[in-house]
Amino acid sequence: MRPTQRAEGAINTYKNQLLKLHNYFSMDLLIPDFGLFFWTLLAFLLVLFILKKFAWKPIVNMLQERETGIANSIAAAEKVKEEMKQMQAQNETLLIQAREERTAMLKEAKETKDKMINEAKDQAKVEANRIMDDTRAQIERQKNAALTEVKNEIGKLAVEVAEKILRKQLASQEAQTDYVKMLADEIKLN
Amino acid sequence: MCPKLCFEFKTRTFAQNFSVVLIKCKQVFAALFFVLAGFSASASEGHEHESGEKKGFNASEVIFGHIGDNHDWHLFDLNGHPVSIPLPVIIYHPEKGLSVFSSKNFEHGHASYEGYRLNEKNKVVSEDGAAIKDLSITKNVASMLISVVLLLLIMISVANKYKKNGVMKAPSGFQNALEPVIMFVRDEVAKPNLGHKYMRYMPLLLTVFFFIWINNLLGLLPGGANFTGNIAVTGALSLISFIVIIFSGNKHFWGHLFNPPGVPLGIKFLLVPIEIISLFIKPIALMIRLFANILAGHIIILSVVSMIFIFGALSKFAGWGFVPVSLAFSVFMFFLELLVAAIQAFIFTNLTAVFIGQAVEEAHHHDHEHEKYHAHNPETGQEYNVSDNTIVA
Repeated sequence: MRPTQRAEGAINTYKNQLLKLHNYFSMDLLIPDFGLFFWTLLAFLLVLFILKKFAWKPIVNMLQERETGIANSIAAAEKVKEEMKQMQAQNETLLIQAREERTAMLKEAKETKDKMINEAKDQAKVEANRIMDDTRAQIERQKNAALTEVKNEIGKLAVEVAEKILRKQLASQEAQTDYVKMLADEIKLN
Repeated sequence: MCPKLCFEFKTRTFAQNFSVVLIKCKQVFAALFFVLAGFSASASEGHEHESGEKKGFNASEVIFGHIGDNHDWHLFDLNGHPVSIPLPVIIYHPEKGLSVFSSKNFEHGHASYEGYRLNEKNKVVSEDGAAIKDLSITKNVASMLISVVLLLLIMISVANKYKKNGVMKAPSGFQNALEPVIMFVRDEVAKPNLGHKYMRYMPLLLTVFFFIWINNLLGLLPGGANFTGNIAVTGALSLISFIVIIFSGNKHFWGHLFNPPGVPLGIKFLLVPIEIISLFIKPIALMIRLFANILAGHIIILSVVSMIFIFGALSKFAGWGFVPVSLAFSVFMFFLELLVAAIQAFIFTNLTAVFIGQAVEEAHHHDHEHEKYHAHNPETGQEYNVSDNTIVA
């Protein structure tokens, strides 16, 4: 056989087979088989109900639960973050406030201190002045009292002396006069 | 002649190669590499059949053998005898009642049992010609049962992990792999289409999505059944969608269907039948879309692989020569089908959600402007109404 004849033969075989394929298609393939249809229907429905109960419901529910769980977790984390942020801001303002307060307090304390010192100084001055005045007055008074006492003492002594002298020497006129004279001179000297 | 290089491309040899390969590999994209390995393994066996009748490689037989349904799960052929797992045959006869027996009693279509036999299309027929109901656990049903067990195991273990770990623990392992998919169905399919009512339909949408997806993937496994590429299967699934749509329909939905407001009476006679037809077209479209997509994927992959054997039937050099092309093509197709498996599951789920969404949609606030066009801004999620007039103008 020549190659061309062989090729023709092959093509013819192929053609025949295609024809058979066509016949087969047009007859058997499109007619559903009752047994297979029945078993498929039965098996599918069984699978559907078993899987529905034991697989799909738990799986789908779990998936949904997980999704909501994750969403909730993210939302909670976000909330906490937000809260932290807020707290931080709050802390900062508190810190600033505290710092301000401290400065104010320090300032106030200083002022109070100065005031107290000044007041104390003033008061001390006043007191000192008062004490000085009192002392001075007392000295004056005591001096006067002492002077008076001295004067009185002197007077008494003079009287006593005069008395003694008078008792003894005033028997004569002359003596009297001299004595008076002398007394007068004494007083003048004083 | 070196036995390693010489091989006859016969139906059985091919089936042997192909099935050995398909059953061996666990991962979808590894399958095609094993095809190569299968060649060398079968090379010596090819000799044994040389004495048998010379028969060209019949691609359509192989392809239909795969995409159709069978009463046994064919694994590979050994010394010309098919090795397969027998599956239970369940027949309901209107007179004889129910009979259950193993499909190995049919001896691959060579024998009849209890008055039943397999016809040339591998269907059970009664010898007395009675209309029987075949409820057998066929290859597709068995594949579906495997998928159901897998689905239940995976999903319930994941659900238990959620229960065990509590809500606020990060997902791990398989739970981590499934969670984005579940979230995707919820956020991209259910919520945009169903609004605040989405929770009610979540079990249905999730089951539809994972049921179709896992069966699409199982179908891609070597030796797997063409389950979601069968019209009976997609028909059953879309029937469920249809029933849910019908039972979800509110007053507003039915009102618009049977008595569209703001439409002249003459137009109503035209519009109402169209609306009713469209109600039925929706699930039918769902059914055909999934069926055709998956079936097409399976046929393309099988056809691409079959090309090797078709060319090999002409000459072994042509067969070998075509291997890289075929291999590259089918690897590409496998990747594409992996994508299609997820996309079709998503589309079926999404359209179901869209149709339910239309059925449960509430009446608009302005009753005098009933005919409104719903536009949806995907970025902002903002919904705004555009009246019909502006669209027409």
